[in-house]
Amino acid sequence: MRTLAARPVLLAAALAWTAAAGAAAIEPREFSTPEQDALYHELIGELRCLVCQNQNLAESDAPLAKDLRDEIAKMVREGRGREEVIDFLVARYGDFVRYRPPLRRDTWLLWAGPFVLLAAGLAALVLVLRRRQAAVSGPPPPDPEALARARALLGGGRSDAGGGDGAP
Amino acid sequence: MSARAPLRYGLPLLAFAALAALLWQGLGRDPKLVPSPLVGKPAPAFALPSLRDPARIVGTEDMRGRAALLNVWASWCTACRQEHPLLMRIAREEGVVIYGLNYKDRREDALRWLDGLGDPYRWSAHDLKGRVGIDWGVYGVPETFVLDARGIIRYKHVGPIDEKVWRERLAPLLARLSAEAGEDAR
Repeated sequence: MRTLAARPVLLAAALAWTAAAGAAAIEPREFSTPEQDALYHELIGELRCLVCQNQNLAESDAPLAKDLRDEIAKMVREGRGREEVIDFLVARYGDFVRYRPPLRRDTWLLWAGPFVLLAAGLAALVLVLRRRQAAVSGPPPPDPEALARARALLGGGRSDAGGGDGAP
Repeated sequence: MSARAPLRYGLPLLAFAALAALLWQGLGRDPKLVPSPLVGKPAPAFALPSLRDPARIVGTEDMRGRAALLNVWASWCTACRQEHPLLMRIAREEGVVIYGLNYKDRREDALRWLDGLGDPYRWSAHDLKGRVGIDWGVYGVPETFVLDARGIIRYKHVGPIDEKVWRERLAPLLARLSAEAGEDAR
């Protein structure tokens, strides 16, 4: 990044490219403080456009998105906070405008779902691994009494079976 | 092992069936339809110049007293043209009270549209900047709000109204709301 900044020509080229890529994002807007500017960009980055539904307000070229950017800029200039702006939009357009939905009783599955799935997957993995481990280590060692009986039978049955006692 | 077979095969099958059912019912939904948080709430207040007579201010207050429709329209909106004959018919023949919110439209264009195609509206408010549209959560014209006599939004339809929507949704609701209003007045 530092080398880029040191070369103004390259930087300008990069900026020009960004401008072409996201024309809506570079509407000139003046804010009195850098905090307001940051808040504005944060808000339009995380609020959703209702017309082009898979874009945020910053990216969308829809006229409504521009109107909403104007409205948000106005509210930010008036010194309204982040929550206030979000509440303003949610009151009109519903939770749909939020890319980050609130945690409520009807949304807990949305938030917890991936972790529940992860936990279920891990549990299944552990179960399978354990079972496989058991299969690899082979059958349990035979009962010593049964073994002795088997040896006696083998040894007593055929005297010519040399090394019967030496079975492993 | 055979005792576990129902679990081994049944469980994944059940999970698959559940997922398939979930996705299947999602297929039938229109992702463009965003439920309005305004349903059940009082109509957002506005006061705008009337389209025909800019000196006259019309607004939420003027819509009280009878169950009515507020139709958001614009001359640049092709789907509005599609629903327009139906609005004309229900206004003329069925006596439905329809107010208009003319959204982000030039006055000349809007008036030419009404003069050419007919005017089903008691009045149309001229929302040139679309600011009132934002307060009403408008995101795609045409949109139609059903208001009860007390000025509460009872239903919102996004997109053009066709015969089916009118017959199955709006007409029965308006009839019910008119009946409610009649009881209130008594």
